[in-house]
Amino acid sequence: MNAEIPSRVQPTPNAVSAPYWEACARGELSLQHCNGCQQFQFYPRTICSHCGGTDLAWQVVSGSGRVKSFTVVRRGISKAYAAPYVVALIELKEGPSMMSTIVGSEPEVVAIGASVQVGFEAWSEDIQMPVFSLT
Amino acid sequence: MSGSALRGQVAIVGAADTDVGVLPGRTPMELCVEAALAAIADAGLDKSDVDGLITCNAMAQPMLYHAEAAAEYMQIFPRYCFAAGAGGGTTFSVIHHAMSAIATGMADVIVVSMADAMRSGLTREQAMLVQASTGHPEFEQPYGVTVPAYYALIAQAHMAEFGTTEAQFAGIAVACREHASRNPTAQMRDPITVADVLESRLIADPLHLLDCSLVSDGGSAVVLMSAERAADTAHAPVYILGAGEGHSHEHISAARSLTTSAAKEAGERAFAMAGLGPAEMDFAQLYDCFTPTVMVELEDLGFCAKGEGGAFVDSGALLPGGALPVNTHGGLLSHCHPGNPGSMFALTESVWQLRGSCGERQVAGATNALVHAQGGIMSSHAALVLGKEVG
Ligand SMILES: [Zn+2]
Repeated sequence: MNAEIPSRVQPTPNAVSAPYWEACARGELSLQHCNGCQQFQFYPRTICSHCGGTDLAWQVVSGSGRVKSFTVVRRGISKAYAAPYVVALIELKEGPSMMSTIVGSEPEVVAIGASVQVGFEAWSEDIQMPVFSLT
Repeated sequence: MSGSALRGQVAIVGAADTDVGVLPGRTPMELCVEAALAAIADAGLDKSDVDGLITCNAMAQPMLYHAEAAAEYMQIFPRYCFAAGAGGGTTFSVIHHAMSAIATGMADVIVVSMADAMRSGLTREQAMLVQASTGHPEFEQPYGVTVPAYYALIAQAHMAEFGTTEAQFAGIAVACREHASRNPTAQMRDPITVADVLESRLIADPLHLLDCSLVSDGGSAVVLMSAERAADTAHAPVYILGAGEGHSHEHISAARSLTTSAAKEAGERAFAMAGLGPAEMDFAQLYDCFTPTVMVELEDLGFCAKGEGGAFVDSGALLPGGALPVNTHGGLLSHCHPGNPGSMFALTESVWQLRGSCGERQVAGATNALVHAQGGIMSSHAALVLGKEVG
């Protein structure tokens, strides 16, 4: 690793979240689905945040959603993040919302309500990070 | 027992701030102790009268046992002593706790003192930690989300849902600066215009530099005791008529709503305890780490309808002499923002306003006020209704 360029913040998977990151590494977005109430949740937990049940199973989801809100960061958090870049809250078709970024277009064309589709970007040798593109 | 049993039982009898702004060489503990002792003196008390102490930890001087260290520094020996941590909302959450401690006899005289040195006291590692301590380490931080960016998500959502404009957010910064221009202790006192805000550097769309609060050093403290005992103190007591909290999330990506916050529950609970409503408040101090927080809080606390915050700002209500002067000391945007202690200065200012001792910036005839603080990303909310009379 180049000592002069700090690396981007790396997630540290744990026992509960590991299947999420393993799916990302395969190029799939996977969410916990509750067999009790049939709802999806994000982020991963040991319990269902809707009904409190514990019968949760990982399911690959569509990866499509819409922009719930976004901002263009003009002053980056560190040199590892080249401003301007987009930070966005994505509402997935399956219900849950997640933080992400929007890549592949000028920040100025991003709008709330726009349709997006997931893709993956290498954050490290081990981590593929879900990112979204306008569709 | 209903929470409303606490109504008017506890009074603020002492209040003090240290100098604020850029204070090189001053440690947070020194500032915390200076504020505490000045507040005790303001109340006409001796430190030996104090049997309760509440502080918050300092980013620039983190300690395992902060309140105990502050008590040791001052050589007081409380029977009720703790340091709390709920970000910017810590301030009034602990006032709520202190009220119940006094009402239940856990302590008789409680000092709440908080200080930090975010401007001059952070090492490079501590500054990094401040940035990194916000957001979910696994599901938010990797995207390079800055603190202004989290709040910008709220601003954008409000604009999309209600047609709020950047100029309306800017109007909040202008109002705070107008108040600060009348306050000799404020860090930033030169008046600004909406155009100045909009022409300042974009930090995270739509937030410009002047939509963002200051980074400061400073400390602030109050002394609380029972309303009964407060009758004999140096100044007219300021009564805590209502207190309420609401806690809705930690991470903004998991928030129930981007445009309605738990300030709604906090305000409803505080007003219900007080038996008063928003229309009866002579001024309000609203947590203003970034301008959009004030927009959402004006609506959630009931000062205007949801979605009408922009028009309310346009009406000039927030300005000195307006229908609801907001942040009469200048707020975090223009008075000072030393991190988590920030809204303590809104509380001491409110005490002085209700004593009628604010000189040029005095709100004429001020009798009741609402003070509000929040921590996290609109996560933890606490509101207090203060009054000159128990009524
Ligand atoms: Zn369930």
